[in-house]
Amino acid sequence: MEITTRSLLTLIHGMGFGALYLLACSGALVELYRRYKPGSLRPIEIADEKFLGAYLVVMAALAWITVLTGGYVIYPWYRAVPPPGTVDLSGFPQRLLMASPNTIAWHSIGMEWKEHVAWLAPISITMAAAVFIRHGRNLTRHPQLRNAVLCFVLVSFVAAGIAGFFGAMLNKYAPVQGGPTIELVHGEKP
Amino acid sequence: MSTRTNSVRVQDFPNGGGAAAVLAAGIGCMMVAIFAILADKVGAFKSLMIFYKPTGPLSGVTTCAILVWLMSWAILHRRWSGRMVALGGVVTAALTLLGLSLLLTFPPIADLF
Repeated sequence: MEITTRSLLTLIHGMGFGALYLLACSGALVELYRRYKPGSLRPIEIADEKFLGAYLVVMAALAWITVLTGGYVIYPWYRAVPPPGTVDLSGFPQRLLMASPNTIAWHSIGMEWKEHVAWLAPISITMAAAVFIRHGRNLTRHPQLRNAVLCFVLVSFVAAGIAGFFGAMLNKYAPVQGGPTIELVHGEKP
Repeated sequence: MSTRTNSVRVQDFPNGGGAAAVLAAGIGCMMVAIFAILADKVGAFKSLMIFYKPTGPLSGVTTCAILVWLMSWAILHRRWSGRMVALGGVVTAALTLLGLSLLLTFPPIADLF
């Protein structure tokens, strides 16, 4: 069982950082909605407030790591230009997708949307973390501010979901691969 | 003035800092969409946005959007921090910018320009 270095890093980017961010979003949304709504009957403990602050900071870090690894590590491999006369485009995912009318939209819509919309996530969640750390439980007194933070976290979830979906589909039709091979498990002879 | 609504004290606080962060985030998201459309439609702008060749114009588009976001945040924070701001207009503007940015990054809509 082997995996190439590029495949492994793509996996870490998408299934590691990206998927973890998506999972974390649901927790932040539930907590912000349930605990910080005006007139909430349950008390907000200081430890809970600190935990959510730290949680949002970790989410922001995850979002930045995801877009930076995507934009500066994986994306250059995706958009690599093959030398003239190259017939086998398997090492050049963008060109492989663009070579067929059946797959070109995965690039022209999928990747073109993914590469930009993904950046809404770190901007939104960084703002959410900053506002929460600054105002904390006082958000219950300013429902408009709390609702704005909730909406930005929700849009960051949607943006990350769009990026994740297209990332998975793009990697299905034109996987990013290449680089040194890592042997994960040495198989037995059939 | 403060009230005791829960197990901990909830105080009135100047909301300007939060309002500045929310509006700046809306501006930052919108700038991602605007710079992306400009880089797609204007050849000279596209070339200008190539800060890191392997990543192409995306490197400049996102770097510039982040810079505008951080600068607008710093400016708004300086103006509003420590003040009470009418949140209605600020939140409406920020969410409108956020919604538009989500739509304008969608290629079939961006291609209308």
